[in-house]
Amino acid sequence: MTSGINLGDFLAEAEDLLDRLNHGLLDLDAAVKRNGKQDPAVVNDIFRAAHSLKGICGMFGFSEVGEIAHKMEDLLDRLRLGKLKLTPEGLDTMFEVVEELRAILSRKANGEQIGPEEIEGLKRRLLRVEQEKKEADTRDWIKESGVSEDILSVLTEYEEHRLVENLKEQKNIFQITAGFSLDTFDEDLTVLQKTLREQGELITTLPSAEASSEDKITFFLLLGTDKPEAEIEAQLSGYPVSLKPIQPGAEEIRAPAKARAKAGGEEAELEEAGAEPEEGEIGTVRSLTRTVRVDIDKLDELMNIVGELVLSKNVIAQLIEKLRGQLGFGEMGIELYKANRNLEHKLEELQGSVLEVRMVPIGQIYDKLRRNVRKLARETGKEVNFITEGGDTELDKLIIEDLADPLMHIIRNSIDHGIEPKKERISQGKPEQAQIRLRALQRGNHVVIEISDDGAGLDFARIRKKAIAMGLIGAEQELKEEDLIPVLFISGFSTAEKVSQLSGRGVGLDVVKNNIGALSGAIDLESELGKGTKVIITLPITLAIIQALIVEVGKETFAIPLNAVSSGLAVRPEEIKTIEGREVIELRERTLPLLRLDKFFKLNSGPHLELEEVYIVTVGIAERRIGLVVDRLLGRQDIVIKSIGEVLSGIRGVAGATELGDQRTILVLDVVGLIEEATSARISGRISAGSAE
Amino acid sequence: MTKENYQILLAEDSAITRAFLVSTLEDLSVQVNIIEVASGFEALKQLPREKFDLIITDINMPDINGLELISFIRNNPEYAHIPLIVVTTEGSPRDKEKGMALGVDEYLVKPIDPIQFQELIRRYLKW
Repeated sequence: MTSGINLGDFLAEAEDLLDRLNHGLLDLDAAVKRNGKQDPAVVNDIFRAAHSLKGICGMFGFSEVGEIAHKMEDLLDRLRLGKLKLTPEGLDTMFEVVEELRAILSRKANGEQIGPEEIEGLKRRLLRVEQEKKEADTRDWIKESGVSEDILSVLTEYEEHRLVENLKEQKNIFQITAGFSLDTFDEDLTVLQKTLREQGELITTLPSAEASSEDKITFFLLLGTDKPEAEIEAQLSGYPVSLKPIQPGAEEIRAPAKARAKAGGEEAELEEAGAEPEEGEIGTVRSLTRTVRVDIDKLDELMNIVGELVLSKNVIAQLIEKLRGQLGFGEMGIELYKANRNLEHKLEELQGSVLEVRMVPIGQIYDKLRRNVRKLARETGKEVNFITEGGDTELDKLIIEDLADPLMHIIRNSIDHGIEPKKERISQGKPEQAQIRLRALQRGNHVVIEISDDGAGLDFARIRKKAIAMGLIGAEQELKEEDLIPVLFISGFSTAEKVSQLSGRGVGLDVVKNNIGALSGAIDLESELGKGTKVIITLPITLAIIQALIVEVGKETFAIPLNAVSSGLAVRPEEIKTIEGREVIELRERTLPLLRLDKFFKLNSGPHLELEEVYIVTVGIAERRIGLVVDRLLGRQDIVIKSIGEVLSGIRGVAGATELGDQRTILVLDVVGLIEEATSARISGRISAGSAE
Repeated sequence: MTKENYQILLAEDSAITRAFLVSTLEDLSVQVNIIEVASGFEALKQLPREKFDLIITDINMPDINGLELISFIRNNPEYAHIPLIVVTTEGSPRDKEKGMALGVDEYLVKPIDPIQFQELIRRYLKW
């Protein structure tokens, strides 16, 4: 291994390149489906990714991966040069090979040896992609193009190919000459390039030495387009450019006359403050890249330290309170209070910044899902249009990582059970191509993810039958459709007559629910028979550090995540009514089920029946709300949730533990779990009774 | 004659390759000041800012290709004399031909042997 380079950096870059390959292949796939034509820019970009991957693999001893990248590059090179025709099967193979490469890379990074037969196998698979296209004709399009020799001499083989393709399609070729200030040319040129790409294909951008000076730089750009000169001219009005059509076979166009004699003497130094290295200083390495890669573990560590800091701050705040109690408001007391406030503000900022660093857009996993949708659709012979929205919605990196699998489960269910076979869809007057829509949006401190399909929807009558047959509900129980939904999330429940290899048997939704629950999220479902199903997942934006409401019940103290709290109220005991054996209160014309934490956790509490008022904290995620009955509200505080030991981890209603400023450890309530306990008591009661037998 | 501090422009879009080349260059027993850029545009911007003793560039870059950068350098009287080394991943032989025709001094194909690379750099820095 080369000195000064670590494996992590290499792997990160290799990963990036594989992502780019994958992303490009998806684009290509979409384009091929749409109109059978591939975007040359996309093909070129994936070619470049494979090319770069080959390069870095060779340098860092990952020659096996490099060899395959090389094969891939070969294929893509011929594809972009128009020597190869791409088939859907070929595209599939490439998708698979990219995934294999990812796996091999990580196995190799873990010290595993990769056998030569595995590499050969992959190479053979790639060979199958090859399907030669007709031989290129012999006419020398380049020579006859009319483009000046100066420009031709710097075109890469690929750019030559694009020029020829444009000529073959009888496109108009224009040479655009554009002069910009050296300070801002990159931005200006980018804008111009974008405008030109809207008009046709930008074949090359070439800086011209002759027509540039110390503070000005001139570029020649070649554009291939269907549009006439006048139209391009109009589009370019306002840009500092001149436009020249190139006639094939015409006299070659000279680059603008050599404008400038050598500027006398030394060139003017463009000095930047602080940019010049000091005399005698060791050579410095300046990098113009503005990003750094950080291991997520380091961010966790940072977050932990911030968490500890918050705790220390809480200790100080409590000491100040005590001091004030003992000494009253002295001058020092006020100073201390101010200093602590200041510390608090800065800590909040620090916390905010660290949290921000952890945030990544959910769009990162969209590609992975899209790939799977593609695969599943093919395997089931269904046609699925996968639409994604809100890819820039941000979530904690760790949440995103644990989100891909549950989302895939849901989508898999949708394709397997939800979406009808093509024939059935047609007979029902639905479009042959089904739709699965994945939408993410931020709502306050939560991110809501909706996955909806236009498939068959849920047959609640059948679900009810099955649930009765399984002994989950009684035959006499009258349940509304929405009351049946929790049944779907019970382990082992499935209405599928045949078990397919995709969804397996019934282990889908309960696993999904547990996964989402582990992220402090909630899952809900809406469905209409014949119309489709929508799964709604609500997640907190981060789990690293949260605000909590601290409450007291009997002698115990609990923390309730504030993002689940909607209000706190005091009611007189007589306002609490009992309906169907459950305590409720009427709140703004709605019935709110209550849960007594002391009873739930079987605590020895004081005789609170004598209290004049009962405190109720209403909690809820999405549409489901309950009221938690507590004795006292102690205030709100930032807490860092720590996981509790295995012994306690099975307890329902507990999400973890946290430390308060006074070194006391208290439990953090799992609001989602409590809501389920309170709202689906009838169903879960049955289950536990059944499983005890 | 040995100079105090050599200025080197390094244009390469792969961060890991840049890191490799930089660490190899830093191992030279001479002081080098390496300006790293990740694209042809950035290279064009850096050119007038320093007096470079050596330019190392890749061919495949996102905005302008390496050949275009080379042509620009070779046709500009300010920079035409600067030694130019291409470090690229094996690619089209036609691109190599063109590069040589444009006046590239060395055309190296990855993987690069660090020792040979250092030898070469010493030769071009005339030290």
